[in-house]
Amino acid sequence: MSELLAQHPILIGATLRSIIALVVLLTAVAYLTWFERKVVAHIQSRWGPWMVGPHGLLQPLADAVKGIFKEDPTPAGADKFVYHLAPFLSLSLALTSIALIPFGPQKFLGVSNVNIGLLFLFSITSLGVYGVALGGWSSNSKYPLLGGLRSSAQMVSYEISLTLSVVGVLLMVQSFNLREIIEHQQGTTWSLPHWHIFAGPFPQILGFLCYFIAAVAETNRAPFDLAEAEQELVGGFHTEYASMKFATFFIAEYTAMVTVAIVASLLFLGGWLSPFPASWTWTEFIPTVVCLAGAALLVWDGLRYPTKFGQILLPIVGLLLAGVGLLCVIGGVREIVQGPFWFLSKILAFLFIYVWVRGTLPRFRYDQLMGFGWKLLLPVALANVLLTALAELVFK
Amino acid sequence: MISVELLLFCLFAGLAVLGAVSLILMRHPIHSALSLIVVMVALACLYLLIGAEFIAALQIIVYAGAIMVLFVFVIMLLNAGEEERTNLSRMARYVGVPLAVIFTLQLAYWMVRASAHFRAVPGAPSLTKDLALGLFREFVMPFELTAILILVAMLGAVVLARRES
Repeated sequence: MSELLAQHPILIGATLRSIIALVVLLTAVAYLTWFERKVVAHIQSRWGPWMVGPHGLLQPLADAVKGIFKEDPTPAGADKFVYHLAPFLSLSLALTSIALIPFGPQKFLGVSNVNIGLLFLFSITSLGVYGVALGGWSSNSKYPLLGGLRSSAQMVSYEISLTLSVVGVLLMVQSFNLREIIEHQQGTTWSLPHWHIFAGPFPQILGFLCYFIAAVAETNRAPFDLAEAEQELVGGFHTEYASMKFATFFIAEYTAMVTVAIVASLLFLGGWLSPFPASWTWTEFIPTVVCLAGAALLVWDGLRYPTKFGQILLPIVGLLLAGVGLLCVIGGVREIVQGPFWFLSKILAFLFIYVWVRGTLPRFRYDQLMGFGWKLLLPVALANVLLTALAELVFK
Repeated sequence: MISVELLLFCLFAGLAVLGAVSLILMRHPIHSALSLIVVMVALACLYLLIGAEFIAALQIIVYAGAIMVLFVFVIMLLNAGEEERTNLSRMARYVGVPLAVIFTLQLAYWMVRASAHFRAVPGAPSLTKDLALGLFREFVMPFELTAILILVAMLGAVVLARRES
């Protein structure tokens, strides 16, 4: 083992970065569930999680503890091996994609730099359907089976539009490498950034819309969540799953959401690039300002909070945030923080839209879903490819 | 000293063979389909080992991600049950098994003889760009012919599936 490490020193760094990326991702996913419940609750004039910790901030932790200690029955007649395999297949495939994402221009921000990054990402997501399909089939129950069938048909149909919608970007960049795709979007005209969504010979606004809609369907989220339509299928493919296995499906779904948000901002919105021209050096202090504003809000809110615990915890978190903000003023740190800061803000904006869509739109009917995917989304994505190729030929 | 490449090769080659054997031995169609997916993914890893990234990604996207999904989908849709084991028929026992053994031995013999001429894949990993240029310049005719062939097959499938009005 030590010999192996001595021969390939890259393994140590890669392992360390993978561990850090996984810990950060899983924490983010845990708080994404809190975020979603909070936002949907406010859309529906409710408070959402409130009891566990100030503003329900410890709710993800409580949910995890509950998941671990709950009874975990296996349905009678289930295919044991496949039944246990399905949730972990979902989760491990969803988590693998984080290894391909670069979070900043510096080499150490990101686990790996693969030549065919985008293709690799698609090959991983194309396997994601197995978790849902096999989970539904192996439960030996009719609702999960119907849910699994629905979602595999849906995912196969929308995957075509999903893959076609990014071809426009690939034609512009002429590379599958994620770093090169982001670096291609560098620069500004009239202080407007060269992001693929509105730059180049043929702006990729159509491609972006196709990608986003297909991706929402691909992750089985509302309004395309027919795989788990409660009114018809109880819970869909995961009806027979309980405790941590059920939670595993959920973590996989939220991780897939994060991946979609990352890829969308990376392909169409410039990834880690700042929206301002490079000559505006004062914009480098925006992370600090945002952190300090958040800190002020947290302290102000914490001092007025009804419980003692909240009065202590919220200001402490606020002060920590203020510390991070002040740290970002230092020259070297400031430089490193720029990339991840803009990337994370774009990802957060996407996740908010995701939740917003779920909170406001009703679910499609199944024939509408298929008709929309095949008769509208696919032709539009194809037309986008043709027009982009034409524009690239004529204007370059 | 065993190199990492050899170790990885043995791992994935073994996995592919294991998957292929279990594909035949499993009694439930879904288990067989799962074994086939294992074979596809192991083959993709072998392609990665020789530096053919693009082929590896395609192997997973097309075979494991699309074709096998359809297989699993159809098995689920038809709700196919476990298959029963049959005893070997007389024909299979006295002609089939010896023929299979002879064929395997013959293949192994030629592989061992030819192995003296094996050479490592030359140069850097194959680039996607080179592959695309080759496909759309030198071999554009066979490529387009294949595309037309697939289109014809698709049209045929649509005609067959259409309901009589």
